[in-house]
This record gives sequence, C-alpha cells and structure tokens, in this order.
Amino acid sequence: MPKSSKVAAPAQPAGTAESGASVRLSVRKTYKLYIGGKFPRSESGRTFVVDGDNVALASRKDARDAVVAARAAQPGWAGATAYNRGQVLYRVAEMVEARRAEFAALGVAAGELDAVIDRWVWYAGWADKIAQVTGGANPVAGPFFNISAPEPTGVVAVVAPPTLLGLVSVIAPAVVTGNTAVVLAADPQIAITLAEAFATSDVPGGVVNVLTGRYAETAPWLAAHADVNALDLTGVESAELAAELERAAAGTLKRVLRPPAGGADFTADPGLRPMTALLETKTVWHPKGF
Amino acid sequence: MTATATVGLSDLRAFLHGLPGVDKVGVEGRAAALGTRSVKTGSKAKAIDLAIRMVDLTTLEGADTPGKVRALCAKGRRPDPADPGCPPVAAICVYPAMVPVAAAALAGSGVHLASVATAFPSGQAPLEVKLADTRAAVAAGADEVDMVISRGAFLAGDYTRVFDEIVAVREACGSAHLKVILETGELGTYDNVRRASWLAMLAGADFIKTSTGKVAVNATLPITLVMLEAVRDFRARHGRQVGVKPAGGIKTTKDAIKYLVLINETVGDDWLSPDWFRFGASSLLNDLLMQRTKLTTGHYSGPDYFTLD
Repeated sequence: MPKSSKVAAPAQPAGTAESGASVRLSVRKTYKLYIGGKFPRSESGRTFVVDGDNVALASRKDARDAVVAARAAQPGWAGATAYNRGQVLYRVAEMVEARRAEFAALGVAAGELDAVIDRWVWYAGWADKIAQVTGGANPVAGPFFNISAPEPTGVVAVVAPPTLLGLVSVIAPAVVTGNTAVVLAADPQIAITLAEAFATSDVPGGVVNVLTGRYAETAPWLAAHADVNALDLTGVESAELAAELERAAAGTLKRVLRPPAGGADFTADPGLRPMTALLETKTVWHPKGF
Repeated sequence: MTATATVGLSDLRAFLHGLPGVDKVGVEGRAAALGTRSVKTGSKAKAIDLAIRMVDLTTLEGADTPGKVRALCAKGRRPDPADPGCPPVAAICVYPAMVPVAAAALAGSGVHLASVATAFPSGQAPLEVKLADTRAAVAAGADEVDMVISRGAFLAGDYTRVFDEIVAVREACGSAHLKVILETGELGTYDNVRRASWLAMLAGADFIKTSTGKVAVNATLPITLVMLEAVRDFRARHGRQVGVKPAGGIKTTKDAIKYLVLINETVGDDWLSPDWFRFGASSLLNDLLMQRTKLTTGHYSGPDYFTLD
C-alpha cells in the first residue's frame, strides 16, 4: 500500500528561514495503543518504526490490560438497548466520514473508504434487527412459550487483517451484538486512526481496544486467556500459527473463527455469519395457560 | 482502675501528645517508593501464598445469610478447590449473629473465626452494650474479636475513656485475640493515627487494624506504614509484639504485595506471618487465586473460574 504521501508536513511559509524569524515545527502524531477509551503507550515502553512513524509495540501486559478493560465494558455495552448500540455505531460512521482526508493520506483509496463507511452503517443497522432474524418463538409440544434469543459471547480477541475494510469487517460484527473486542491490528496507523474515530464517537471506553505490534507475540496470550470468550483468527496468515492458537483456545473452550480458506474477500457481501459466529442462543421455556 | 495507673504513665494525654509528629510528605513518599518494587516469579508465588494465608476473609453486610456465611467458610478452608496445594486463609470475619454458623462450618479446620463487636462499625453505643456484644461473640465461638474504638471520644480528646473501653473489652474477650479498629479514615491526621495506635497498644490490643471498611477512606499504604512504625517502636520500648491489619480497599494482588514489601522494609521478617499481619478483605482473595493460577498454569485466568462472593 503506498504510504509515501501520508500526512505531509505543511509547506514552510516562504522567507521565514532566510529572514531568521522562527521556523514552525509541525507536531507529529505518536501512534499509541487504544485501551479502555484511552491512548496509552505500551506498558513495556517499546516502540517500532512503521513507514517513518514511531508506533507502540504492544506487550503481554498490554494485552492483559486490554482484556480487563474489555471485560469491564462488556455488561454495560451488552445491556444498552440494541437501538442505542446502533445509534452509537452510526455515529462512528459519521466520524470516519469526517476523517476521509486523514485516511486518504494513510493510503486508503477513496473507493475503499466508501466501502468501509457503507459496511459500518450496514452493520450498525443490524443492531436492532439481528435478534428478529436469529431468534424467535419455537413451536413446542406442550403448554409453553418457547423463545430463543441471541446473546453476545462476551470478550472477543480479534487478529485483524491489514486493510481498513478488513479491519471494520471484523470489528463491526463483533461489537454490534454486544460483545467487546481486543483487536490485534496489522496496520498501526490505520487502526489507531480508526480508534480515534471510536474515541470521538459515543463508543464507551473498553468496547473496542486496539493493540499494535506483532500479533505472533501477543495472540498466544489472548488465545490461552481464560477471560476471553472467543477468538477471531481472520488476520492470521500462517496456517501453522492459526492451528497453534486454536489449540491454545481449546483449553478454555473458546469459540474460534478460523482464517477464511483461500484468503478473505471483504468486498463481497459478508452475510450474517460474522455476527452469528459470535452469538450464543438462549432459549427460555415459559408456562402458559394462566 | 484508671488509665494512668494501668500503664504507669503519669499522664496519658501528655504521653500521646509527646509522640513525635509524623512527617506527612516523608511517609507518603516512602510508601510510594516502596510501592514500586517489582516482585516476580518464584518470589511472587511465595508472596501470593503468604498473602492468602494472611487474609481475613470478610463478609459484613446487612444481607448476610447463614448460607452465604457457610459458603464463605468453605471457601476460606479450601480457597482453590482445584489445587490442594493452595493454603487456607487466616480467618473468617463475620458479624456476631453469624458466629455460631461460622463456628460450625470451620470446626476442626484451623481457620480462625473473627467477629466484629462493640457496636461495629460506629462504636456509638453504651459500654455495657459493647461488652455484652463482645461476650456473646466469644461465647458463640469467636477466637478473635475486632472492636472499634469510640472515635467521637478520641477526637474530643477523651483518651482515658477510649483507653478504659479497650481495657474492658480486652477483659471481656478472655482468651480471644483482640484487634482494635482505629478507623483511620475518621481520625484525620497521621499524628492521630500514631497516637491511636499507641493508645490501643498500651491498653492491651493484640492487633491494631486500620478500618471498618464502611467509610470513604480505608486502608492506605502510608497509614499502614505509620502503624507499622508504631508496633516496631512499641516492641522496642515494651517488649511486646503487636500485629497489624489493614482492611478495606485492598483488592488486587499488586496491592497486597506492596503491603508485604512495606512490612519487610519497616518491621522485618518478624511480622511476615499470619500471626502478626492480616489483610481484611473479600474480593482480594479471588484476585490472589487468579494470579496464583496464572503462575501455575502459565496463562491468564478469569473471574468465571472462581466463586462469586
């Protein structure tokens, strides 16, 4: 992806340097992590350089802190009304729309950005509709109402693919139904810019947490973490690592989404599977006839 | 019997006000500095087991039921049912009305049974009521009593009354251990914490305890540091060792380990034992168990795997 054109320093006002007047230094952005609604540096203090930017390199303890934040946010997010969740996610689309120039400077093509915003709004619309489609009243042979309703799985760890469209295509289906997510992002600048859109919309802190760095280092900790309920491996490139992570996840009976065979096509209609894979069905029997 | 006659001090007030003042900036700085120590791997495993053995697992709610107290006792005896190597807690701490239930549940386990008494948590009751409260708890099987001092009397400068009350409760306890709750969050200053610590020790306390857990400010590291210095100086002067129990607000393993570092650096090994140091806590135990599980299994644990209490 071409990134040479990103956030270029503004042209220096003509004549200032020669005349000895003060030269303005532009303020460069430090790309940090996004945990619990805040942008902390890595607990380890580590950074790495991506396309000339210093970027936080997340550690095991950052992953731990992100899970704590996601767990703390989960009941409140799942407890919000579906309508409210939809409105909050719609607000995220507004914020991404407002950051078009910034994403463009990071090398996201205009066509992709359109698809990203459309995808996000599409998922936002599902917030108060998914329960009608995947739940319902079941016919049973007895004097009972029998009702099935989808419930969020809980905290989802996501290994995200590198493109912005791929990133929103794994985050949106996880959080729209009331899960909270710890996202291991592949492209730090794009992911943290998206996190800034979350932070300036009404997404509660901790609902989405973004860690940048090497997922091969942090993902095994999340796969084995007993307080993580599901693992989305969409962005894992090595089949060997994916199998290893799935084995680690089995120790605590996590739901695992395997990387799509033959690579993912995020431009295609995603269908309901990305959402339903992170839902559990609760069925209630209720006596009737009184 | 008057206070002064008991301890052979010409004037209790003059003695307490003659104690050196506490350097607020110094004590907070030292507590903060000691709180940055990093304790890892093998040392951390030992610290966690020691902290578990120091926990006074506490439930002091109006909504306590016999069932909840029995469940808590079961947890105190065997905190991690999946791991027989996990030590039991030091004691279970309940209201006097729940002592019979807890005594039956703890029989033969070696886990102590503490009861709060003396009109906990305010202490605003006549002395006869406080003594009856204490006797009832001990008669029902409590072998440790957590009493509250009359903060109102202390703050009004009526030290003799506070002293005499502690002496009277001490007698009512019989063989039971007496922990004296200073409620440091209501004392206002570090100087008052130091004075109240000395007052309680002179009157015969076996333990001095920071808080009831029922007010806004509970145990803090600097307050515990002041109390540890008091028990150290008291032993140097009177030859009797007194225990310390911070209570309330200690929720994480990291917090607990900070306290262990504080003990080690202030009073030394002699106090690093459940006989001389306790944590008054409830949610702390689950965090200790999760950290313990992390060390034994190599992966992070979660609250789903431990009891809610």
